[in-house]
Amino acid sequence: MTTDVLDTFPAHAEDHEHADPVATTAFGFWIYIMSDCILFATVFAGFVVLSHNYAGGPTGKELFDLKYTLGETMFLLFSSVTYGFAMLAMHKERKQQVLGWLLVTFLLGLGFIVMEVNEFTQMVVAGHGPDRSGFLSGFFTLVGTHGCHVTMGLIWMAVMMAQVMTKGLTTPVQSRLMRLSMFWHFLDIVWIGVFTVVYLTGVM
Amino acid sequence: MEHDAAISHSGASKGTLSSYVTGFILAIVLTVIPFWLVMSGALSPGHTLAAIFSAAVVQILVHLHYFLHLDRSSEEQWNVMAIAFTAIAVVVVVGGSLWIMVNLHERMGDTSLLIHALRPMIG
Repeated sequence: MTTDVLDTFPAHAEDHEHADPVATTAFGFWIYIMSDCILFATVFAGFVVLSHNYAGGPTGKELFDLKYTLGETMFLLFSSVTYGFAMLAMHKERKQQVLGWLLVTFLLGLGFIVMEVNEFTQMVVAGHGPDRSGFLSGFFTLVGTHGCHVTMGLIWMAVMMAQVMTKGLTTPVQSRLMRLSMFWHFLDIVWIGVFTVVYLTGVM
Repeated sequence: MEHDAAISHSGASKGTLSSYVTGFILAIVLTVIPFWLVMSGALSPGHTLAAIFSAAVVQILVHLHYFLHLDRSSEEQWNVMAIAFTAIAVVVVVGGSLWIMVNLHERMGDTSLLIHALRPMIG
């Protein structure tokens, strides 16, 4: 017996294509991601508007090490494809492979966050925190919002690893893994914007 | 098994090994090219800006196609509709903010680099 919401749906109640609960929740989650997209758009707009308000403080050119950021980018990009491999393993019902790829993805995502926290710490310690200038307020808000999302994704991934271990690859677990995959790939897409708008443009 | 059928309809689960690997290689290339352009300064600032933003847009499309498996199939129709609407909202929010603020800066006599870079693009 289980208390999972998805189990309370009749499995194949209608022939209607939208009666499939997995597809319906996936679509609902897609709508959430789209609203998150708008949230990021406002934070991006705020950053770009403030991106040259240095108030006599440091500029992006002085602060950013593009090679370091490329390293962060690669961590996220590799984690996106390893999550894809976890999904492929899921479709083949290979539980151990799913767990393995999720662990690799988790570690890559953790590597990204550790690098980002390190970057933030160094900036704040050097007196270049969010209170230094409008540019830095915008920077910490935008990059920090993305970092928060990745951290939430990591917590979700840890929970999913535990669920795969304890519950196995049941329909609700597969459905959640699929939604986490949408979330994870979405965060990588947002990072393309951050890398381009904040870092590449910032050091030019 | 029953749940196989249920899960296979959903958008984010249609990937194959080759689609993930193709998307990954394209994404790497589209990350390294703008990185190299900025590091080397091979093009003029205006052209570099145009090139890195084009690479970003193409890479976003690559991720949507190869990782999120958005396509023109009927199951994806509503997902595509939602993202098309979101794209419009994003353009209005970001473009509108820039339009207003760039005009404001200009009227205030501020001539920062951002304005010069964006002036040809924004009316």
